[in-house]
Amino acid sequence: MNAAIDATIFENVRLIDPARGLDRPGRLLVRGGVIAGIDLPAAEGAPEGARVIDGGGAILCPGLVDMRVAIGEPGFEYRETVLSAARAAAAGGITTMAVLPNSQPATDDPALVRHLRARGEETGMVSILPYGALTRQCEGAEMAEIGLLHEAGAIAFTDGPRALADTRMMRLALTYARGFDALVVQHPEEPALARGGCATDGELATRLGLPGIPAAAEAIMIARDLRLAELTRGRLHFCHVSTAEGLELIRAAKARGLRVTCDTAPPYFDLNETAIGDFRTYAKLSPPLRGEADRQAVCAALADGTIDAIASDHAPCDADDKRQPFAVASPGGTGLATLLAVTLAQVHGGALPMIEALGLLTHRPAALLRSRAGTLSDGAAADLCLFDPERAWRVEADRMPGKAQNTPFDGRALEGRVLGTWKAGKPVFAHTDA
Amino acid sequence: MNDAPRAAPPRFFAQHARHLLGVQGMHPSRIEPFLDLAESYALMNRSRKTPRDRLRGRTVINLFFEDSTRTRTSFELAGKRLGADVVNMTVASSSVNKGETLLDTAATLNAMRTDLLVVRHSQSGAPALLARKVEASVVNAGDGTHEHPTQALLDALTIRRHFGTLHGLTVAICGDVSHSRVARSNIHLLTAMGARVRVVGPPTLIPGAIGALGVDVHYTMEDGLRDADVVMMLRMQRERMSGGQVPSAREYFRFYGLDHKRLAVARPQALVMHPGPMNRGVEIDSRVADSDQSAIREQVEMGVAVRMAVLDLLSRAGDAP
Repeated sequence: MNAAIDATIFENVRLIDPARGLDRPGRLLVRGGVIAGIDLPAAEGAPEGARVIDGGGAILCPGLVDMRVAIGEPGFEYRETVLSAARAAAAGGITTMAVLPNSQPATDDPALVRHLRARGEETGMVSILPYGALTRQCEGAEMAEIGLLHEAGAIAFTDGPRALADTRMMRLALTYARGFDALVVQHPEEPALARGGCATDGELATRLGLPGIPAAAEAIMIARDLRLAELTRGRLHFCHVSTAEGLELIRAAKARGLRVTCDTAPPYFDLNETAIGDFRTYAKLSPPLRGEADRQAVCAALADGTIDAIASDHAPCDADDKRQPFAVASPGGTGLATLLAVTLAQVHGGALPMIEALGLLTHRPAALLRSRAGTLSDGAAADLCLFDPERAWRVEADRMPGKAQNTPFDGRALEGRVLGTWKAGKPVFAHTDA
Repeated sequence: MNDAPRAAPPRFFAQHARHLLGVQGMHPSRIEPFLDLAESYALMNRSRKTPRDRLRGRTVINLFFEDSTRTRTSFELAGKRLGADVVNMTVASSSVNKGETLLDTAATLNAMRTDLLVVRHSQSGAPALLARKVEASVVNAGDGTHEHPTQALLDALTIRRHFGTLHGLTVAICGDVSHSRVARSNIHLLTAMGARVRVVGPPTLIPGAIGALGVDVHYTMEDGLRDADVVMMLRMQRERMSGGQVPSAREYFRFYGLDHKRLAVARPQALVMHPGPMNRGVEIDSRVADSDQSAIREQVEMGVAVRMAVLDLLSRAGDAP
């Protein structure tokens, strides 16, 4: 085999690798599906026969690592499959995604963990890192086989969109998972307070006559679990944190040295509750969109490092699940294809430096999940995302990649377009203006 | 004396919105034509001389996903008194929950060439969802805990007939405000027309953010009713409460039921209202409900007149001036 033919050179690109603080113009060499070196723009010596890709001055960064994705497979393939999710991910520059265990059956069996990893490999487009169920069937009653799932390759443990409500069970889970140094991920919403609700308690929910969920439901769950993390010395992560109060609790816990981390998702820093407008079910999410003060607090927590990662929180819904009155429509929004561009709005607005924003989408979630993805280091898999940070476009729900169309950003004008995505050196997405 | 008809001038019809989904944000200049026309229909109803040709050839479907004999009958009478072909469709909400979406229903109704669609649904926003997909004009006949615009209009008409105006009156809305679409629509409409609105009830039944709607909040009847011109009682919707918000009906009546003693702190001859059906002995004492101060039966009468006005005006929305 001729090794030179398997080589690719990316030229005329701005290389950004937040894992190493790298941000400069340069060239990147890929050989055999892995990164073989970085050099200066004018350097000579590309392998003979190498493919040359002219980036046109765009940014080349590690493929994004999305730490929270729901796919419909197995059990809900009508919403999304591994393949349709992989296509949407590739269009969004995502090359690694952690998938939630609340499928049917739930990922509470080691065989399913292996199956999901293999399904990702089969697509050739994305690495799937499966979460293991924290409790059997994600029902909150009995602990799942955390050790066996961990051994099979589950990257962390969660009950997905359901909070583990039982305080004793949460204590047991955190304690037991500590034996494997496994990360426990909690949906921070006190379920009894949230029961029956569909919008954040407040003026808007009152006007619309929608049953409300108090924003405090998040802080109450976070406060409880932080105390349990302290008690058990477990590793705890809160997903899609959306309130000022919740973030303040996490900030204080980090300052005390607790092993606690958190992520948020683009709707919570780019939209506020007014996006539900006249009962727009695409903007019905879990947790619900918050008031403007909370949105600003999320932006501030991104900037000051309290938030460790940005995840798409991709939750595909079938049209019939959303074409319902607001309170009974399924919660969730798609997010794979818009993850980068919505995050870049924070960069364009001056709230985040580019390298920080990309760090929240690459090496920082990878580090939380103890994945080797998310960097341009020599020898790392050539998972790459090429994007033009200035290219403007408008989100149109019915033109999104993937099966589901339920984006809360429908109609949003964005700057920043993924031009191409490579998985292990192989092109898996190329943008066309058509 | 001006002999001109009291109905709004033709120019209004062309400008009028096609649907009536709620009264939130509605300007007095849009509210008053409904009230004025309803006033004239109220008089015609009493003299049994209604214009039977007004909606001739038009089809009105009363699409009720939730039981409501009173409201449905009121809309049915309103349509028939104007000569419309009125059809009642009662759809169990359960069949919708089983997967038949509202939009399937919309497609069916479009195929039937309906002119006016009166929708009652247990979910807030359901009529708005339908309105986006049907060709007919949609009237919200009550959606979840969101709005009940014709109830607010009929309440406003009833009050206006007694006081001549809504401006400057103090109206106390009492009881289960959290679960009440009647309360929301009345708050929007009465404040828009210049009334001062108070809400009164136990804290568990008053939304925490209700003050943002421009009302004063009181947690005792004695405070809330003081010097009120109108006392509007709400039905205690026990079937909607998940439990635990009020300990018992007996305790509720003890602290929040309207009896003569409590009514005495309001203005003399304050008007007592209730959207019905009443739970006698729970939110209202029978003697108050049946007293001279009660406008409850008049509300029912004005309901038909208001619904006639609504069907009439919406059926003409978009007509050339």
